[in-house]
This record gives sequence, C-alpha cells and structure tokens, in this order.
Amino acid sequence: MTLTRSQRPDFWSLSPFRRVASLRDEVDNLFNLAFGRLTDTNGGHGSGAQMLEGWYPAVDVYEDKDTLQVKAELAGLNKEDIEISLQDGYLVLSGERKQEEKQDNNEVYRSERWVGRFHRTISLPCRVEADKIKATYNEGVLTVTLPKAEEAKPKQIPISVK
Amino acid sequence: MNAVTPQVESPVRPQSANPERRHVSPKVNITENKEGYVLEAEMPGVAKEGLEISVEDNELTITGRRQPDPSANLLYRESNSADYRRVFELDPSIETGRISAQIEQGILTLTLPKAEKVKPRRITVN
Repeated sequence: MTLTRSQRPDFWSLSPFRRVASLRDEVDNLFNLAFGRLTDTNGGHGSGAQMLEGWYPAVDVYEDKDTLQVKAELAGLNKEDIEISLQDGYLVLSGERKQEEKQDNNEVYRSERWVGRFHRTISLPCRVEADKIKATYNEGVLTVTLPKAEEAKPKQIPISVK
Repeated sequence: MNAVTPQVESPVRPQSANPERRHVSPKVNITENKEGYVLEAEMPGVAKEGLEISVEDNELTITGRRQPDPSANLLYRESNSADYRRVFELDPSIETGRISAQIEQGILTLTLPKAEKVKPRRITVN
C-alpha cells in the first residue's frame, strides 16, 4: 500500500481572496441547503454553478424622513407566491417561482432564468411600525414601504438661545 | 453545409457580451415549438414604455430602460442601474415581420414565428 502525500499546498487554494470567496460561497451553500435549493433544478438545462449559487434577487433599501423602502427584483412571480414578514428588526422576503409546465414537443435551447425558492433577510436600520407596512408589486419589482416608528424619526428640538 | 444538418446551436443565439459593459444582459429562456420560438427575458423594473426591440438583418436587439430610482436616500443597493440590453442572432427560418412582444411583471416574452415554408409538413406518399 502506498501513501501519497502532497508535497506543497496548492497556492491558489491558500490565496486570501479565494479564501474569502469560498467562505462566502460556503455560507451561501448552507443557506441553500437549509432552504432546499438543491432540490430545485433548472429543468435540467441550468448550469451547475447556478444550482450552487442559489437565487438571490437584488435588494435595494431607500430611506426618507418618515419611511424605509425596500425594493426587490422579482420578475415574473405571482403575487400570491411572495411572502413578507417582519422578525425582530429584520424584513424577511421569501417565495417561489414556479416551474412552467413543460409542453411535450417543446425544445429548450436556453434556460437561464431561475425557478424555485428564494429567501432574503434584510436588516432594517431603525424600528418600524409593523402594522403599517405596505407592499406593492409592479413591473417585476416588489416595493415594501415601512413607516418608521415615532422614536426613529428625526426630531427637531428647539433650542432657545439665551 | 449539408442539406440535412442537425442543428446543435440555438436558432436564436445570443451574441457575445457587450464589451462596453454599460448594459446588463437579461437572463433568457428560449424554447421552440411547432409554430416558432419563444424568448423570455427577465427585466425587472422595465415598463412597456421603457422597451425597445429592433430587428436589423438577422440581429434582434432588446433594450429595456428601468423606471427612475425613487428620490429617497439610497442606503443600500444590489440592483444594477444600467439598462438591459442583449443582442441575438436570428435563424433565417424566423419571419421577422411577425415577431410580437409583451411584457408582464418584468418578463418580456417575444414570440418569433417560423415562416410558413419551414414549418414541419407531413408528406403523403402516393
């Protein structure tokens, strides 16, 4: 029996950038596993990389005096398939894009679009009024408007100058 | 080319990425049925008015301009503000005059019908 030991570590595998990237990927993958991403294949035509990356719809956060606005790019969903919840100062967006029913004699040339579940957790920068959250879904963009809690709004304190 | 060549490449073939990188390439699905091809492109944030679709020779270009950003303060951004754009090479069997398009919840659906003469036809043997 022979025991082969590698003589020197692979340079690239130790490169700090690669380490950071792979750590991030690992965290992402854990997330995917937790939410069952790997069971969603892309009709057999998606790339392997896609399966590992998961579907992370882009999220933007805006703020004005009275509200926070969270926008998520979620093209082609049914309104009923989007779930929004507030948990301990985090806004949780999740949902599912359903696979379109395959027609028998259709040939697929390209399948880049995601199907399956997504899950995003957004840390909110201030307290909001949970019962006044509103959401709209237009042009494939979900917009969640969260009114700031009274204590989080900027206040003007009059100072009398003596 | 042989008269009977199995077609490996997609008849609606995306061209190489735009070198200028001032656009984002929308993700697409392309399928074929008896009548023609269906191309679905994902363009969240684009309304009907922001769409531009053109065919020149055998090149199909789709461009989508996003709705303007809200005037509120931006705290965090993951979305790309660039317009969407992607160019496809069309198979000669596609009847470009009858291409139709619609956009719904950020998904552009293009229907690219095949010309009558290339539709499959059963030939009866006498």
